[in-house]
Amino acid sequence: MCTLELKNLRKAYGNIEVIKGIDLTINDREFVVFVGPSGCGKSTLLRMIAGLEEITGGDLLIDGVRVNDVPPDKRGLAMVFQSYALYPHMTVADNMAFALRLAGVPKAERDARVQVAAKTLQLDALLDRKPANLSGGQRQRVAIGRAIVRQPKAFLFDEPLSNLDAALRVQTRIEIAKLHNDLQSTMIYVTHDQIEAMTLADRIVVFNAGHIEQVGTPLELYHNPANLFVAGFIGSPKMNLIGAEVESSNGQSSTLRLEGGSPFTVPTALGQGEKVTVGIRPEHIAVTDQGTISGRVEVIEHLGNETIAYASIGGAEPLTVKLPSASTVQLGETLHFAPRGHAALFNQAGQAIALPRG
Amino acid sequence: MRASPLQKLIIAILGWGAALLMFFPVAWMVLTSFKTEINAIHSPPLLIFHPTLANYGHVIHLGDYIGALTNSVVISVGATILGLIIGIPAAYAMAFFPNRWTKDLMLWMLSTKMMPAVGVLMPIYLLCQRSGLLDTQTGLILVMMLSNLPIIVWMLYTFFKEIPGDIIEASRMDGAGPLAQLRVVLLPLAGPGIASTALLSIILSWNEAFWSINLTATNAAPLTAFIATFSAPEGLFWAKLSAASTLAVAPILIFGWATQRQLVRGLTFGAVK
Repeated sequence: MCTLELKNLRKAYGNIEVIKGIDLTINDREFVVFVGPSGCGKSTLLRMIAGLEEITGGDLLIDGVRVNDVPPDKRGLAMVFQSYALYPHMTVADNMAFALRLAGVPKAERDARVQVAAKTLQLDALLDRKPANLSGGQRQRVAIGRAIVRQPKAFLFDEPLSNLDAALRVQTRIEIAKLHNDLQSTMIYVTHDQIEAMTLADRIVVFNAGHIEQVGTPLELYHNPANLFVAGFIGSPKMNLIGAEVESSNGQSSTLRLEGGSPFTVPTALGQGEKVTVGIRPEHIAVTDQGTISGRVEVIEHLGNETIAYASIGGAEPLTVKLPSASTVQLGETLHFAPRGHAALFNQAGQAIALPRG
Repeated sequence: MRASPLQKLIIAILGWGAALLMFFPVAWMVLTSFKTEINAIHSPPLLIFHPTLANYGHVIHLGDYIGALTNSVVISVGATILGLIIGIPAAYAMAFFPNRWTKDLMLWMLSTKMMPAVGVLMPIYLLCQRSGLLDTQTGLILVMMLSNLPIIVWMLYTFFKEIPGDIIEASRMDGAGPLAQLRVVLLPLAGPGIASTALLSIILSWNEAFWSINLTATNAAPLTAFIATFSAPEGLFWAKLSAASTLAVAPILIFGWATQRQLVRGLTFGAVK
């Protein structure tokens, strides 16, 4: 059982506020991912939850108890560091048993718990090794094992996969997902990698400059980004965000003029002359003769499973379009594009304008 | 970049040249210690002569070599242990819990080494006198420890800084208090660094002459003071002085030789990482 409540949580270094009042509830057994660009405060917030950073203001509650001033080890949380932070002079088994040894757990029980964790993580054969004799992936598993052995109320992961190579990162990501299923415990995971966030999270919290931009399930964020920041952050390749001005509006739909000159219709009433931003995901664009947006293909990327085309539509940014791998688009060709349903609209303040689903 | 044979040769010559230059006075001292007093002041200097052990006999017979040796060992080891006991927690706090005064504090500590020792001779002498520490091992241990403490703290600070902060934080998450962090994580990881700091402190204390000569007479005089007694008012006896000096530096030279691997490793720690 572990529920975490963050109430108006703040952190300042001198006069510089880096965490600007975070309100968030993390439910029992939930896998929550903090995501955001570097320097957005996500790691600092995690360290505040862990007890490694002092809390400047607000309340942190674990299972309803305020723990602002409780030392890290008394909060019942375990942390997995990006650098693994294993004790280099101890064997794998000693690394994993360290917290239990400090807590005065009898040796027999210590060994038993280490064995169980080692089995789960396939570390049984490595228990007598020192960290220096392990590969990066094995070290990360030991770091996770060290956390499991403590049977914490919640796990905190601070960019745990950043030091691994691409193949290992995918594999370990799957292992962490499995682990969450098996252990059924609360996990908070910090990353700047939106793929990790999308694949692992029950809920994603998007951070920017010390505050929360949006909280939601991966698909909520993908389909209904609350603002321009989230729209641009979630999804790969990035959502096309095109500036536009309202030419006319008839109470039910409006006609926009996109940057670069193409006309575009949206199913909502807007004020004439209003400046908005249209968001269309590259995978939601069709190439069709009826398309109102015309563009000249400037770059084509063949990724094997799909083809990405970048077309100039007259504005500053090219339009990114995801096409099937068999697409025969040619460089320099002029094409007509139309959105497939899911266009998003943002007002001048960058906030999403609700559109009827179509 | 690979050095060409010519570059290697030049580097080798320079290296050997520097080493010989530093070794020469020591070699000359050892050589002189086996000469008679007449031969010792012979000009031009003699390279071939009848060696004699008379100087050593005289020095050991006349002075209290064993007593001075004992004092040197007690004082240098004592000052080092005391210095580590104070220096380790200080460096630990500075390395892992710095605040905005830490940098200034460290510079201030170092600045005490920039002042000539003679500048504080009077106050230190009077303090020792009033507290009855003149010519005692305790007094010299305290003074040596204080004079080496800045270097001890600086060296330890550098070694502690090499330890990733994550490891310390991981141990905090695991429930290690400050003492457990020191004992179980910090000391084992900084072991080589602490050892070379200790070695350097022993060597510095061993060779320290100013305070030894000024604060001791007979009871607590270490080897440096012992050497000084041979430049007596009756005149300089080069051969006997050389014999006394050889006897004084021999133990620390052997000690340094035996621990050189550790010393070099500690002093270049971090530089090669």
